[in-house]
Amino acid sequence: MMPILQIKNLTKRYGGLTANNDISFDVAEGEILSVIGPNGAGKSTLFKQIASFVSVTSGEVLFRGKTISNLAPHVVARMGVVRTFQETTIFKSMTVRENIIVAHHLRSKASLLGFFLGSKLARADEAAFGKSADDIVDFLGLEAIRNELASNLPQGHLRALGMAIGLATGPTVLLLDEPFAGMNHDETMKMVASVRRLRDERGVTVMLVEHDMPAVMKISDRIVVINFGEKIAEGTPAEIQANPRVIEAYLGSEDAAIGM
Amino acid sequence: MTKTNLAGIGVFLLVVFVAVPMMIAVSGRWDFYYTLTSVALLSIGSAGVWLTFYIGRINIGQGAYALMGGYVSAVLMTKVGVSFWLTLPLAGLFCAVISVAIGLPILRLRGVYFAMITLVLTEVTRLTALALPVTNGAKGITSIPLPGALTVFGVPLIPDFATIENPKLAFYLLAVTLMVLTYAALWRIVNSRLGHLCRSLQQNEELASSIGVNTAHLRLLAYAISSFFGGIAGAVFVAISQSIYPSSFVVTDSVNFMLYCFVGGLGFVMGPMLGTFLLYFGWDLLSVAREYQLLIYSAAMIALMLVLPNGVLSLFDRREGPK
Repeated sequence: MMPILQIKNLTKRYGGLTANNDISFDVAEGEILSVIGPNGAGKSTLFKQIASFVSVTSGEVLFRGKTISNLAPHVVARMGVVRTFQETTIFKSMTVRENIIVAHHLRSKASLLGFFLGSKLARADEAAFGKSADDIVDFLGLEAIRNELASNLPQGHLRALGMAIGLATGPTVLLLDEPFAGMNHDETMKMVASVRRLRDERGVTVMLVEHDMPAVMKISDRIVVINFGEKIAEGTPAEIQANPRVIEAYLGSEDAAIGM
Repeated sequence: MTKTNLAGIGVFLLVVFVAVPMMIAVSGRWDFYYTLTSVALLSIGSAGVWLTFYIGRINIGQGAYALMGGYVSAVLMTKVGVSFWLTLPLAGLFCAVISVAIGLPILRLRGVYFAMITLVLTEVTRLTALALPVTNGAKGITSIPLPGALTVFGVPLIPDFATIENPKLAFYLLAVTLMVLTYAALWRIVNSRLGHLCRSLQQNEELASSIGVNTAHLRLLAYAISSFFGGIAGAVFVAISQSIYPSSFVVTDSVNFMLYCFVGGLGFVMGPMLGTFLLYFGWDLLSVAREYQLLIYSAAMIALMLVLPNGVLSLFDRREGPK
């Protein structure tokens, strides 16, 4: 089966600085793949390149065999590759439900003029979005804060809302940027379960960047490790944990030399 | 729409279409027609500025489109002999098209950078009007005929303004009707998906594009609608004064359009209308203070911004989101 995403020799240079160098790997349909690496390794740049928020210097990203590199982000989103954000990026002065409803944009059948005139199609869309938003709220267990203003939410809920927004677009591939950051253990475990169900029940392929190693080991089918902009390992969680290059990258060679 | 909303709209329509003309007839203050007609037309322009605020852009260039719309109407009427009623939508459309061409490069800019460029637009338009042969330079276009009769399929809808006994009232009714239509459209925009998308753009452009919103198109659309309103307002102003000069709309007017929005409230559809009314009327009333007029006016503006940063309408409604 053709991989759903193919990352081919992806390189990003900012002037003389190389953020990513020649990174290649595939993502299979329906898998949960994590990208890990020390701070500043280039994970976020990689993510932004895949979602076309950042151009590629060379190399390309293929989605179902078609290139999605250097397109506009909304075009890539329309094709089904949607990212969430590392920062707590949400629509602050909307309620949770409004956030999710507005994110249904890609699913609207009516035109903006149709919505303006309140056409039959537009009203059907509105009803469908409302129902789908409520489904997503239930799916992620956000019932208690459904009508809460997003700017009032605590960190953990903001991450969940970010994921809800991504989910509302109806993605084929969802790129989650540090979905567990700022969460306590319980919240993380709940989120891990949600991401798994996302894949199991909705068939979404999930790619995530994350620092929380226990969560990564628990959730991932496969892991790609990046260090200094280069891919240094790829494999199952067990393989990654035993890989000497990964251990070296994470602990540092000097520390390893003194026996840590 | 709730029952209170409907009742409010009913009262509002009754006041502007019936009560105001009656009160003016009784009091004999015919000069109020000119003031109120101006308020109605300016509030059409500020409705447009408000919409650009709604996508998160500070627009200090509405005067440019009012001037353009005015010239389009004036030139079409005097040089081509087109009926005023046809020049009205054409003026709006012309401005919308021009604004797309201008907006294409400048709408990428945010914050103060966009604001500064729009500020320059009014001056550029004024200088263009001075330079072009078709606009007749500094002499402007004068002796523009009053709006003629409007008949649709042989049905007379509006009589010839030149034959009307009371053209002041006629212009007032025209301006108020256009204002009501503008705000009805604005209300629909804000409360339909288009408005929700505009809000998403205002709050976070990156996130908006990640959910598949073509942010560049949406910005252009909002700006074009905004400029359409500006053009309409300008065209009617010209019909009233029967003349237009390069200085008919200047940078001060552009700044005022923006201030009207601030004073009324950026979070409220009716904000720009109320702001226009308060500031324009307030300025007029303050003329009794003579040389202190500007001082008092400015002090009141500063006080308003300090005490009510979200506009006068925030006094009455503390709910979040669009009203």
